[in-house]
Amino acid sequence: MSKPAKKKSGLSETWRQLKKNKAAVVSLFIIIAVALVAIFAPFLAPYPYDEQNTKRALEPPSEDYLLGTDRLGRDILSRLIYGTRQSLQMGVVATVIAAVVGVIIGAVAGYYGGWVDNLLMRLLDIYQSIPMFLLCVTLAAVLGPSLRNAVIAIGISMVPGFARLMRASILTVREMEYVEAAKSINASNARIIYKHIIPNAIAPTIVSLTMSIGGSVMAGAGLSFIGLGVQPPMAEWGAMISDARNYMRAHGTLALYPGICIMITVLAFNLLGDGLRDALDPRLKN
Amino acid sequence: MAPLLEVQDLKKYFKTGAGLLHAVDGVSFTLDQGKTLGVVGESGCGKTTLGRVILHLLDLTDGKMYFEGQDITYPTRKELRRLREEMQIIFQDPYSSLNPRMTVSEAIMEPLIIQKKLNKDEIRAETKKLMDTVGLAERFENAYPHELDGGRRQRIGIARALALKPKFIVCDEPVSALDVSIQAQIINLMLDLQEERDLTYMFVTHDLSVVKYISDEIMVMYLGQVVEKAPSDELFRDPLHPYTQALLSAIPIPDIHQKRERIIMKGEITSPINPKPGCRFAARCWLASEECNNPQVLQEIAPNHFVACWKANNADY
Amino acid sequence: MIRGLRIEVHEVAENILEIKDLVVKYHTDDAVIHAVNGVNLTVKKGETIGLVGETGAGKTTIARSILRILQTPPAKIWGGEIIFKDEDIMQKTEKEMRKIRGNQIAMIFQDPMTALNPIERVGFQIAEAIGLHNKISRAEAERRACDMLEMVGIPMERYNEYPHQFSGGMKQRVVIAMALACNPELLLADEPTTALDVTIQAQVLEMMQSLKEKLGTSVILITHDLGVVAQTCDSVAVVYAGEIVEYGTAEHIFDHTAHPYTIGLFNSLPKLDSTEPRLKPIKGLMPDPTNLPKGCSFCERCPEAMEKCAEKSPGVTEVAPGHFVKCFLVGGE
Repeated sequence: MSKPAKKKSGLSETWRQLKKNKAAVVSLFIIIAVALVAIFAPFLAPYPYDEQNTKRALEPPSEDYLLGTDRLGRDILSRLIYGTRQSLQMGVVATVIAAVVGVIIGAVAGYYGGWVDNLLMRLLDIYQSIPMFLLCVTLAAVLGPSLRNAVIAIGISMVPGFARLMRASILTVREMEYVEAAKSINASNARIIYKHIIPNAIAPTIVSLTMSIGGSVMAGAGLSFIGLGVQPPMAEWGAMISDARNYMRAHGTLALYPGICIMITVLAFNLLGDGLRDALDPRLKN
Repeated sequence: MAPLLEVQDLKKYFKTGAGLLHAVDGVSFTLDQGKTLGVVGESGCGKTTLGRVILHLLDLTDGKMYFEGQDITYPTRKELRRLREEMQIIFQDPYSSLNPRMTVSEAIMEPLIIQKKLNKDEIRAETKKLMDTVGLAERFENAYPHELDGGRRQRIGIARALALKPKFIVCDEPVSALDVSIQAQIINLMLDLQEERDLTYMFVTHDLSVVKYISDEIMVMYLGQVVEKAPSDELFRDPLHPYTQALLSAIPIPDIHQKRERIIMKGEITSPINPKPGCRFAARCWLASEECNNPQVLQEIAPNHFVACWKANNADY
Repeated sequence: MIRGLRIEVHEVAENILEIKDLVVKYHTDDAVIHAVNGVNLTVKKGETIGLVGETGAGKTTIARSILRILQTPPAKIWGGEIIFKDEDIMQKTEKEMRKIRGNQIAMIFQDPMTALNPIERVGFQIAEAIGLHNKISRAEAERRACDMLEMVGIPMERYNEYPHQFSGGMKQRVVIAMALACNPELLLADEPTTALDVTIQAQVLEMMQSLKEKLGTSVILITHDLGVVAQTCDSVAVVYAGEIVEYGTAEHIFDHTAHPYTIGLFNSLPKLDSTEPRLKPIKGLMPDPTNLPKGCSFCERCPEAMEKCAEKSPGVTEVAPGHFVKCFLVGGE
């Protein structure tokens, strides 16, 4: 009798499908690289992010300063490297918080329906009528400008999107026969939600999550740009663009480098999200 | 011996925007242990809803149900848990009735895990036994439903239904979605299982040849009501209700020399929402008359042969 | 009696379609699916030929190849000719094909629910089909569409209704009306009544029969239901794993069944007048189309399998005039 084939976890199947999408794989590597840069920043950066050298301010790239210096003589390369930490934090942490909270709200609303669903959705309606960025800005201003508060603000503003998406998925999955089958074998509501509904409804959320990280990075950059996010002398890409505002004409690269970093990171996350959507989809099809 | 399952005047109505949808409207029957009741009808007759209501997957609107003599119409949570171990269901669609993210063995052992009666090793052993019983090779233990064909997926559904060792199984069109040669395999399996385990089936289907093969007694439904009920052979030999006759005449027989006289009913099925009293088939019946506006009741025309048609009662028909 | 008449007509009639050695494969990322492996088929003018087989046998692929509406990629027609009215369809350009589809060859699909555009009125969809292939005024197209509706048993008054206002059976009638609107010479019907209730199926099949006789259409009816075949088809081709394993008139197939697979199919059916306690299914499953066995593709499941069946693939034997079987039991060298 032949031995049973090894269990193919959902993860390995997804990876197999994802591998076929070159853009997604490249993006994944870029993201991993960025993450590594963030983790190992102190070892990679030639200078501390706040070391000023006003005598050598606004210099073009040279041997000492590979990408040049900003208006306070700080090494741009080092600030870009350290900035990875801040930008990624705002992007990833905020999005993950939003996703977790959103998924729970959406799952409860979708599964129980009725007045629970109604109540939650109307609350979300009110919530969503406030423009996202305005909400961010207000929260950040009220809580006080800091990285942590920026993350909270961005996270809070993204919750409704995830909640609605999850709810929509749940509404579809809830009608599937295997949910009815689970009821027929005495599964509790909790078990049904945990084992049957969420694993099958989560795919769109995973895709959305990945693609929202890009948006969060941008939101974080935006907040820092207007001074409500990361505070000086912390390095953050948006803040760096803000710093370079007054020098754009003569020293355009000051804003260009952090801009490129934002662009590459956001693009990588979006392409990965696209790839994930395709990888997660056909597996569910016959 | 008391019947295993007794259903009295069961009703299930759904509130819709357009009115009250009479999905199941006054169905009664008894079912003895070890026997198979075939429930036949076309779309909208309520046969699927009937199965779900009996299993408490849907709440009933009115009527009574008895299992092994006990009233199970409104069970408590605890009673329902116990009931579910005795009454199981096999679904029609072998794909949508299985969680695509659970492997074959995970799907089969789930009822046992929930039941909490056996330990991990015992569950594993029992799962292997179940797979063997339904003819699933061991090598499929870790396979996912989408990797298997319809027949194998349906075997998973059957194994899952058997896990809790039920006495009664509602089979909701279990072979309709399968190819002919696979259908035959699954039907044989279900018959074998019935013999070995003294199972009682309620076999819901639209396929008349299959239902004749597997049922002891057949109930024909139309728009929520039972129009005829008789032992299997008797129903086919002597169908009394006009709808049953039309239904039987519509089956295409795989024999080129038997071109039967097709009774072509006129029109389409009428709406189950806020139906008028009286026979619901009258609008399409070639024998309809004024009398049909009165509610038709199931009457025993011949031993154990019930018909809900006043015309069937008259000898000159 | 009537059957005899039809056979006479056959001997005089020409072939409207001839498929020669058709080979179609699907190329996916993982593997190559050998969907159609050398199919030969002829359809005579005015006849209904049933293409019988189970899921995955390749019947739908054959039909779509005739109309060249396969999704390429992943499908690819590797070889063969499809001669329609003395011209090879394989050689035609897309522009020429567009003049044929819906006009000379029409197709109706299994699922009436999704075959109709939900946001267009039903009458308009029929008129559109007519207008595409005939240079006539809109009023004239509408008039003809109304005629078609009447012909399929739908009151003209329903011309302006939307698909969702029709039941499944009615929708399928509309689909049939669309398909026959331009009076095609060949109709490909892919499981047209499988999704319908049995009483509605009877109505629709009856209607299709009378229409076909009135318009003289040739029909390729794809189905897995041998009962439907018995009631409607003049000839039958049994498809298994991309090949036609048995082909002949309905009489040949039903009364003188020769190929073990066909015999197995008949045995699997629960018969209304049988007293056997168990059915006789064909053991096993259809072979993996990405990994077809050497030799006869039915060998593993065949109760009469011989040693040579696993080594070589049998050739075609004409066991009776017009009755072809692909099996070593009857010849096949």
